Amino acid sequence: MKLDSIPVTLRQCGKSFRGQRVLQPLDLNIGAGETLVLLGPSGCGKTTTLRMIAGLEKPDAGGTVLFGDEDVTARPIEQRQVGTVFQSYALFPNLNVRGNIAYGLRIKKTDPATMRQRVGELLELMELEAHADKPINELSGGQRQRVALARALAPQPRVLLLDEPLTALDARLRDTLRTEMNTLLRGLGITTVYVTHDQAEAMALGDRIVVMSAGRIEQIGTPRDIYYRPSNRTVAQFIGTLNRLCGEVRDGMLNTLGGAVPLNAPLPTGAATTYFRPEDATLVAPHVAQLHGVIEAAQFLGERTRLRITGAAPDTLVIDVAGHLELSRGTAVGLALRPDALLAFEIAGL
Amino acid sequence: MHDLTFPVRWRIALLAPALALFTGFWLLPIGRLIQLSGGGDALATYRAVLTNRRYLESLGATVALSVAVTLATLVLSVIVGLFLTRHSFPAKRVLLALLTFPLAFPGVVVGFMVIMLAGRQGLIGALTMALTGNKWVFAYSMTGLFAGYLYFSIPRVIITVMAAAGKLDASLEEAARSLGASPWQIMRDVVLPALAPALTAAAAVCFATSMGAFGTAFTLATDIDVLPMTIYTEFTLNANMVTAAVLSLLLGAVTWAVLALARNLTGQAAAAAA
Amino acid sequence: MSEQTREPTISQMPPGPATQLAQVRTRRLRSPNWITVGQVMVTLALCAFLIVPMLMSVMAGLTVNYFRGISSGLTLRWVSNVLETYGDSVLTSLYVAAATLALVLLTGVPAGYALARSRTRLSRLIEEMLVLPIALPGLATALGLLAIYGGFSAFRNSLWFIVVGHFVFTLPFMVRSVAAICASIDLRTLEEGAASLGARFSQRFFTIVLPNAWPGILAGALTVVTLSLGEFNLTWMLHTPDTKTLPVGLADAYASMRIEIGSAYTIVFFAITIPLLIGMQLLGIDPGGNLDPQRLQRKHAKRRARESANAGANAAASIDAANNASASALPDNPL
Repeated sequence: MKLDSIPVTLRQCGKSFRGQRVLQPLDLNIGAGETLVLLGPSGCGKTTTLRMIAGLEKPDAGGTVLFGDEDVTARPIEQRQVGTVFQSYALFPNLNVRGNIAYGLRIKKTDPATMRQRVGELLELMELEAHADKPINELSGGQRQRVALARALAPQPRVLLLDEPLTALDARLRDTLRTEMNTLLRGLGITTVYVTHDQAEAMALGDRIVVMSAGRIEQIGTPRDIYYRPSNRTVAQFIGTLNRLCGEVRDGMLNTLGGAVPLNAPLPTGAATTYFRPEDATLVAPHVAQLHGVIEAAQFLGERTRLRITGAAPDTLVIDVAGHLELSRGTAVGLALRPDALLAFEIAGL
Repeated sequence: MHDLTFPVRWRIALLAPALALFTGFWLLPIGRLIQLSGGGDALATYRAVLTNRRYLESLGATVALSVAVTLATLVLSVIVGLFLTRHSFPAKRVLLALLTFPLAFPGVVVGFMVIMLAGRQGLIGALTMALTGNKWVFAYSMTGLFAGYLYFSIPRVIITVMAAAGKLDASLEEAARSLGASPWQIMRDVVLPALAPALTAAAAVCFATSMGAFGTAFTLATDIDVLPMTIYTEFTLNANMVTAAVLSLLLGAVTWAVLALARNLTGQAAAAAA
Repeated sequence: MSEQTREPTISQMPPGPATQLAQVRTRRLRSPNWITVGQVMVTLALCAFLIVPMLMSVMAGLTVNYFRGISSGLTLRWVSNVLETYGDSVLTSLYVAAATLALVLLTGVPAGYALARSRTRLSRLIEEMLVLPIALPGLATALGLLAIYGGFSAFRNSLWFIVVGHFVFTLPFMVRSVAAICASIDLRTLEEGAASLGARFSQRFFTIVLPNAWPGILAGALTVVTLSLGEFNLTWMLHTPDTKTLPVGLADAYASMRIEIGSAYTIVFFAITIPLLIGMQLLGIDPGGNLDPQRLQRKHAKRRARESANAGANAAASIDAANNASASALPDNPL
């Protein structure tokens, strides 16, 4: 099933609620057919942004929402033709699965033949044929989620909006559904805005990610951009784990407690704070190591072992190594960092 | 939060019919009643009523009766309610159904039940006659009235007690038992405090209902003088609208005050807990 | 009275939502201690106190002569006598109840929905205000109505005068019942869902709101009818010889007729109200007019458990059951 898609533009859309500003005016350009993920912790404004696109919230004066070339700011949600999947799915308890999926078509007074065909298509697409006539309360969480999606897609919306659709499910199910969701969204080709606080979901599903925090956009970029080139500490700390390396910059090297690391980009001489990801450091033989430290704790996690290393830097460093390596507390180790692993956001003195 | 799916014009449209009828058939009437109760000189009228001995006695009797009924109902309902919640036996549902039927009875039917029990041809009269040779008839006295008020109060409070008892966390009692508390101590320290909010609300409703009860006294009336009866006599026999208005507003104010007090004590609408 | 008790064991207490359902543990009857004996006796006495008169009055209405007791034979003539003499009071009560119900449905259902959906201070005030006719004695309402409308003799002498009194007295029960169920099913999200699919307000109200609020409406309706049939305080003050309802007729009969007739009349009253009360009990409606929300959850949990047992998916189902049971407790959309 392929759906028409249109670009969505937000211009200077902000939101205040009872005198408090919950969303700073922001600009967003979503390409037709793109899957854009709004990522951030609770209260960062991602859901508000989604609801503004949906038409469930009005942006403060001065903000506009455009679907393609149309200004839809003043239009209520009933007239925006957006497919919405809510966090709690919002399935209608008084209708069975078929009834829920067909609801949007019924409202539009679609003729029965088309309705039946479309509903059948969606039941097949979502693998819900076996449950078509069941009441909602007999469905499992994963099945409900698929019904919610099918229902949103049935009236052939121009934009698909998903508000934390996988949050209500348990971890195992979430993993499976994430992959399915990815395949589905790619296949549909519809402009999608997806809200989540789970970075793994964001990176797996998004063409681009918008990292938000405290009502403002921190960074917009592809998953790799965000992960490898976070524009500030907030973004870096929200995505993945981050190690902090504090030290003195001298002659192109960062000197710290347990050794020195060469800098790939020039930093002014003096005190500096840098960061790097656990996977960018490897355990090496002490005589070729850049940093030397001691294992404080080793946590066996199955496919990997997570080591906490003290002495290499002022802060404890977290490093992952292969699971089959058995290292005990107190072992002296050496670390080497990948050449452009260091990220610098704060420079003391500036 | 500005709720875009429920615009203001719809809120007004949906509430308007109910509010219109309510205003026309309750607010305005009560307003008129208040106006009437003022009579010529509001202060003088109210003072005259409040210092009238007969009315004060009537109010006093009603309050005393209502308090007595409330206390007795609470004690009995807690005992029986707890027992019924915690034990199961055949036909328990039928028994519970029977116990709650009186809730739908108008006061007159309750009065009739009292007459069945304690009237001149009542069961108790027959039993006492057989046992002691003296027929005990109390339907038409304060005792009969008391029994009648118990009759319609107990079912309501029992239901409240059973609902609240069903939500009690059994592990609290088990903890108390493990620490050596006797059944009485458990009742005093664990069960009753946990039931207190529900009991307060139920007591308030019980009191309010007793204060305003009319039908039971009407059926059993000979010379019993509860306030609703006084109001009725003033209005119908003495055509004294002003006094009737004053007294009924007074009664309403006292009742409402008690319910509001209970609501503040329990943090929930006492009337809603009925 | 034989007692069947269950001894609670930990293994009988499954984790999860089921724990909440099984809060009440029944106790094993140990060797008779005086507390339990006392409780049993009080319970028996109380049950007798409440139930015996009902049975007696039913009996009295069916015996030929009350003084001679059942030995005088059973008969239906008192009942037919009552239906002849007081038959129209029964019809009047039914008309009044039906008219009251109609008014309450038309005005109370939308109002209950509106109050549940707009949780503002004003809406709470309105709810409080609507409850006042119950908090204040019926006499006050009656006097007020007479004070204002006593002069409009056409209205004052008609049945509508009584209907109006019943209306203000029963409205809060319907409003509360509907508001409670609307609040419990997170109507707002459902409506947003329907709106996102293009449904206008009126479409949403009839296709989503009403069907889902139906249990609350039913509970309210049964409560309203039962209350109206049994209303006396208000009706006695408002009635005229032409507008006598059943309870008013009962008062007449108790005062002036022989006890068999009064009892037979009471039987007619029981015959009308007890089926309603039984219906309410079966549907899990408490006398305050509220549905027991736990009962609904329990029904769903049981059905899901059955389904999952059939499908064979165990772990997923129990997690889903927990998810579904807490679906109504999911956090609202932030902001």
